[in-house]
Order: sequence, then C-alpha cells, then structure tokens
Amino acid sequence: MRRRKRIAMKIILLSIIALIMSFPFLWMTFSSLKPNSELFSIPPSVFPENITSQHYSDAINTPGFMRYFLNSITVALISVSVNLVFCSLAGYAFARMQFPFKNLCFIILLSTMMIPVQVTLIPTFILVKSFPLVGGNDIFGNGGTGLLNSYAGLVIPHIMSVFGVFIMRQFYSQFPKELSEAARIDGASEVRIFISVFLPLGKPALSTLAIFTFTQTWDDFLWPLIITSDNSMRTLQLGLEVFKTRYSADWGPLMAGTAISIVPVLIIFIFAQKHFTQTALTSGIK
Amino acid sequence: MRKIMKFTVKKKMVLTAYLFILPVLAFNLLFRVAPIFMSLNLSFTDYDGFTSPNFVGFENYLNLFSQSEFWQSMLRTFQFAFEVIPLNMIISLFLALIVNDKIKGMGFFRAAFYLPVITPMVAVSIIWMWIYDPQAGILNYFLSLFSIPPVRFLQDPSNAMHSVAIMRIWRGVGWNMIIYLAGLQGISQNLYEAASIDGANKFRQFFKITMPLLKPVHVYVVTVAIISTLQTFTEMYVMTSGGPLESTTTIGVLIYRAAFDYMKMGYASAMSFVLGIIIMLLSLFNLLINKKGDDMN
Repeated sequence: MRRRKRIAMKIILLSIIALIMSFPFLWMTFSSLKPNSELFSIPPSVFPENITSQHYSDAINTPGFMRYFLNSITVALISVSVNLVFCSLAGYAFARMQFPFKNLCFIILLSTMMIPVQVTLIPTFILVKSFPLVGGNDIFGNGGTGLLNSYAGLVIPHIMSVFGVFIMRQFYSQFPKELSEAARIDGASEVRIFISVFLPLGKPALSTLAIFTFTQTWDDFLWPLIITSDNSMRTLQLGLEVFKTRYSADWGPLMAGTAISIVPVLIIFIFAQKHFTQTALTSGIK
Repeated sequence: MRKIMKFTVKKKMVLTAYLFILPVLAFNLLFRVAPIFMSLNLSFTDYDGFTSPNFVGFENYLNLFSQSEFWQSMLRTFQFAFEVIPLNMIISLFLALIVNDKIKGMGFFRAAFYLPVITPMVAVSIIWMWIYDPQAGILNYFLSLFSIPPVRFLQDPSNAMHSVAIMRIWRGVGWNMIIYLAGLQGISQNLYEAASIDGANKFRQFFKITMPLLKPVHVYVVTVAIISTLQTFTEMYVMTSGGPLESTTTIGVLIYRAAFDYMKMGYASAMSFVLGIIIMLLSLFNLLINKKGDDMN
C-alpha cells in the first residue's frame, strides 16, 4: 500500500515535470494551428478553438521553403551514406586487424575530436573555397568559388566522422577473435570477411551511427551559414533564419515552419530512442 | 613454401587494413589537422579573404589582448557558462534520480526529458523567441496573472543573456540526465542496503554514498559543459544576433563577425586560436582526471 502511494506520487511529479519540459513544443504546435485572431488574443487560449492548417500551407508555399527542406534531406543522407561506408571500414580495421602504427593512427584521429570548431572554421572555409578544379577554380584553387554553395561543401564537417569510427571500433572489438580466425582458415580474404561476416553483425552500431550523423547534419547551422550565399543551396536551418526575418511578427507561419523542421528528427527519435541515449553514453564512457 | 605464403597473406592484410583506414585518415588530416597549422599561420597575417596575406607578426594578438571587445566577450561567455552549468547539473541530477526507477512507463518520461536535446538549435531558439515575445508571448501573460508588468526578455540588455541561459538549461538537462543515470546505475545496490541497515536515511545515503561515487561523472559533465558553452553561437545568432548592445556577443559570435562580416580573417584566427587553446587545455584536464580515476580503480 505504501509502495503504491509512493509510485502514484512519483508519477504525478514526473507528469508535472514532463508537462513543463514539453510545454515549448506543445505551445509551438498549438500556435501553429490557431488562426491569427486567436494567436494574438488576450487572454490567450491554450488549446486552439478553430483549428486551421493555413499557417502550414503559408509556410510550405513560401518561395524556397521546400527547396531548403530537400537540401537538408540531401545533405543529411549524403553524410549518412559516406559515414556508413568509411567509418565502418576504419572502425573494423582498428578493432580487428593488425598493422604497423595502428595505435599512432588511432591516437591522431582521436585527438582531432578535441579540436574546437572555431579553430578549424576559417581554414576549412579557405580549403573549401580554393578546392582545385571545381566551381571555376584552376588547378591551384584560384579564380572561382570552389565548393562553396555545393552539397559536397555542405557535407564536409559531417563526413568521415572520427566519432563514427570510434563507435564502430568499440562495437567490433567485442567479438571473439575466433570469429575472424575461422573465416581466415577457410581462405576468405579480409574484404570478404568484413562484408559477409562483420557488416551484417554491425547493424546496431551502424544504426546508431546513421542516426547520430543524420541529426548532427540536420542541426548544423554555422557551417551552412558560412559557405552558402546562394539561396537555392540553403539548408532548412538557414531557411528558418531567413523566415524569421521575413515573418518578423507573423508567428503563425514561423511556428508552422519550425514544427516542420523538427518532424524528421522527431520521427527518428520515436522509432529509435535507444540509439540516441547510446550516443550520449558512448561519448561519455570513451 | 608455407612460410612464404603466410608472409604474403600477412602483407596483404596490412595493405587491406591501410586501405580501410586511408579515406578517414586522409580526410581528417586534410580537414581537421592541417587547419590547425593554417589557422596558426593565418593568425600572424592580415588576411582579408581576397588579397594575398602579409605577415604582421604578433600584431593580431597584441590587438586582441589590448581591445576590450575581446575581454568583454570572453567574460560574457564565461558568465554564461557559470549561469548555465550549475543549474543544469542540479536539475539533471535530480531528474536522473527520479527516473532511475523501474516503474512501468518510465521510458516515456525519459524520452520527454530528452526530447529538447535532439531538437535543432534554430528551432528551439525560434520557439523560445515566441514564448518570450514582449507583446503576445505566453510568458508575459503568465507574469501578468501575478500583476508583473511585461518583461522585455530578449530586448533588454540586462535580461537577454539570462533569458538565453534559461533556454539553454531547458535544452541541455536531458543529455546530462542520461549521463548521470548511467553513473547512478553503476553504483552497487549493496552499498545502500548496508547503509540502511546501519540506519542511514535516504538523505544521508545521497550525500555519503551517491555524491562521492558520482565524482568522476561530475568532472566529466562539468568539462564537457564548459567546452560546449564556450563555443555558444547559434542561439545567440538566432535569438539576439549578439545584441542588444552587444550583451549576448559571446566569443563565438565575435569570431564569426570578425571573420565573415568584417573579413578580418587573420585577426579572427588569432581569437579562435586563443579560444582553441583554452578548450584544448580543458579537454586534456578532463582526460587526465579520468585517467587518474581509472588508475585508482
């Protein structure tokens, strides 16, 4: 009986905190569904009385919005694909293969995780701008805009993630040595062992890596802000910033646009919650 | 014959391994390691993004240390950190303690507390701007119920930083909750059982068992939080653009402006280098402390 009462109390407490924590999201959703007459009424109504989808169609029909959305999806999917291939290869090699200077290479990679983004920001911008033979550049990287305003430029901070290599290495280290030995005795090549044995086994870690990369890329603001000046190459986060200026006091479409920008990560979160907490913990444990 | 075969197989394996790590290694050397040296190099020039850079010696460093804008935004950034971090830690530890229970449906609450962490920073910034709106914002309406006159949360220089800090705390507690939760679950239940047999109440157990054993977790949480708040940029850029009256111009905003608004890339590189050194020292400190903890175990 006492235990029951304690649990009931706890659930009430948890519900109150959950309500406070999710209030901004609820308020965004309600606001995006209210007609303007209700949105700015005093006292404000909590729940929308006359639900309207007007703000959503306004947001979607704003020139550029769909383009921003598709740009973000494209950049995120490219980054995810590149990371799935190359981080798993490197992670596998560091976990299960023997080669000279293995530890040195790994330490070099790991220490790049300590470098704050501000230090590399300006040089990376210069590297991207003077990438040879693209965007009107000559072989020395002069004359044009290089990879500025391109998908290839936008994915640069997110691909070949060291954290991704780290996740994969941790995951592949846990399998017994005999697993590879058996395949080696059968005469399978290293590439084959990786593709037919370890790649399928790696699914949980690969999902974590995919989700981590997708949300990181989706969330990015500073890098697209720096390297895109062309409106058609802007990502959704930048687009929202433009929206904010455009609809400076028109909160309806702004809330609708913001809500749409959250939907992709929200869907992933609902279906793959444990991968998110996994990321938090991996970065913590080392 | 066999020996030769074994040798070539081994050689092939080494080659394959290098091929496996080559893309990641080469890419990171080019885009993460080389930029450090480029940045250091640039910080001694007057590079403006267009004309070829001239060597100016320590001029940029002398300039930034003698200019108050650098010191003030450094100070502001640390102020922001000291406002956000302690509250974040207290709240997230509290949340971790209450969600560390095997009640049915606990997963839902953990998810609800974690949701702000995964939401894009631009989105949460815009949502909070609406909540903070001086005319139609819901927060001012709540305050008016207690006859408090409207507050200009983001428009008043003396409020802006605190308002952003509240948003930042709300967004960050879920992350640390998960880290603390893992820490709590690593503490053996036997300790608590023994303590309660000895007659220690929950309160005493918390301060005598939980807190001391969470020490490495605290250290980790503090350093990571300092490193990430020192780099604060997006929320300031979106919510206040560094204003009003520079009151939210953190060092991240200052570097961005110098480099990409005023095209003083040499000067901006010098600032980013100073920030980078502070952050790298903190990371090393974190690494050493954790290492020490490992040795003791």
